[in-house]
Amino acid sequence: MGRGAALFRTSIGLKITMAVSGIVFVGFVIGHMFGNLKVYQGAEVFNHYAEGLREFGDPFFQYGQTLWIARAVLIVALAAHVWSALKLTRQSRAARDERYRKLEALEFSRASRSMRWGGVALLAFVVYHLLHLTFGAVHPDFIAGDAYHNLVTGFQSVPVSAVYAVAMLALGLHLYHGVWSAFQTLGISGPRVNRMRRPLALGIALVVAGGNLSFPVAVLTGIVA
Amino acid sequence: MNLTLHVWRQASPDDRGRFVTYEALDVEAHMSFLEMLDVVNEGLEERGEEPIAFDHDCREGICGTCGMVVNGRPHGPWKRTTVCQLHMREYRDGDDIWIEPWRAAGFPVIRDLVVDRTSLDRIVAAGGFISARTGSAPDANAIPVPKAHAERAMDAASCIGCGACVAACPNASAMLFTSAKVAHLNLLPQGRPEKAMRVIDMVLQMEAENFGSCTNHGACETACPKDISVDFIALLNRDYLSAAVGRSG
Repeated sequence: MGRGAALFRTSIGLKITMAVSGIVFVGFVIGHMFGNLKVYQGAEVFNHYAEGLREFGDPFFQYGQTLWIARAVLIVALAAHVWSALKLTRQSRAARDERYRKLEALEFSRASRSMRWGGVALLAFVVYHLLHLTFGAVHPDFIAGDAYHNLVTGFQSVPVSAVYAVAMLALGLHLYHGVWSAFQTLGISGPRVNRMRRPLALGIALVVAGGNLSFPVAVLTGIVA
Repeated sequence: MNLTLHVWRQASPDDRGRFVTYEALDVEAHMSFLEMLDVVNEGLEERGEEPIAFDHDCREGICGTCGMVVNGRPHGPWKRTTVCQLHMREYRDGDDIWIEPWRAAGFPVIRDLVVDRTSLDRIVAAGGFISARTGSAPDANAIPVPKAHAERAMDAASCIGCGACVAACPNASAMLFTSAKVAHLNLLPQGRPEKAMRVIDMVLQMEAENFGSCTNHGACETACPKDISVDFIALLNRDYLSAAVGRSG
């Protein structure tokens, strides 16, 4: 391994890995939320969209190919993000070998404190979410190919909706700190850029978490049935 | 006023260390925090006990030698103020004050509140210098420097290397210190020739000193007695990224 590659194993190199893989996920969660808004247009439109994800790029790509390419990118990004986070966390734990009796929280926002436990919670949620609405393994009334039915019957359970609500809170906090942090880590900083970094992070966090949260709320209140 | 102090006492690097409670009696409001400790130490010496060891030098807030965590806050509760410039009018009769050393694997405790900060010196030694011709001083303005760059470099150069950023960081990261020491040279034409080498060598030294990783909490900036901005951390990351990519080719 050359010197260039070794430089990406420092904490700054790992942080750059976290930022780039995080940006992949920011793009994904925005697209995921936007696509799912079609649930408000009824079963036909929504199921057509879900099926369309598999036919994306036709005829250049064949059935399901683009979907699996996207999944592969996400899996690689997830692995890079988690692996870097583990290494960085271990380094930081070792760096404060003796703990303070008390250390005042002086950070800019409380969201930054949620990154580690929030990240673990989100990882657990991703597993649950895939088993619930993608593979149907933990869905009591799963019909393969009927995404609308699966979503509506899934969210009719209050405990299930509560799990999604908590996960979206964690996602919102993660995005709020993560988006701002990515700018910082990639060195995208300057008087003009810095003015829009916080509002952009807040906007993405609110739009994604809020949009996603609206689905279980809409099902439970009967707006989507 | 009378105060109750809970001070970290540790006889040597190998000692486990513990908090010991002392009564600080008849403390004057106009005393500095370190003068208050001086008075407590006089009392300890009169009783034949070991005085509390703490670092101090200029006592004017400019040298960066003093530093301790007071009630969970590096340099105590006053913003942009070193602990030597903290004054006892902050406190009221009967207050409890907990005093701890900087805690970081990169800052091993030598004794009581004194920590070994030579790790920061080694980071500077790794690249915090420029190649300059020796001899007489160059003519003023021989090398033009844009005003904005000069101002930013001066902001970075105001770092006194006290280590409060490391002490405040939940990860015990030395990124704010390193970024300031890299930036004040990298921003100026005089520092340009070694720019890429400097940022890589100083970051590699920082990693070797057992500091943690930056999670962009911003606690360092809040704790910094010289108000160094985390914008310098972004600049460090940018310089590092371009240097690392440039070198891998």
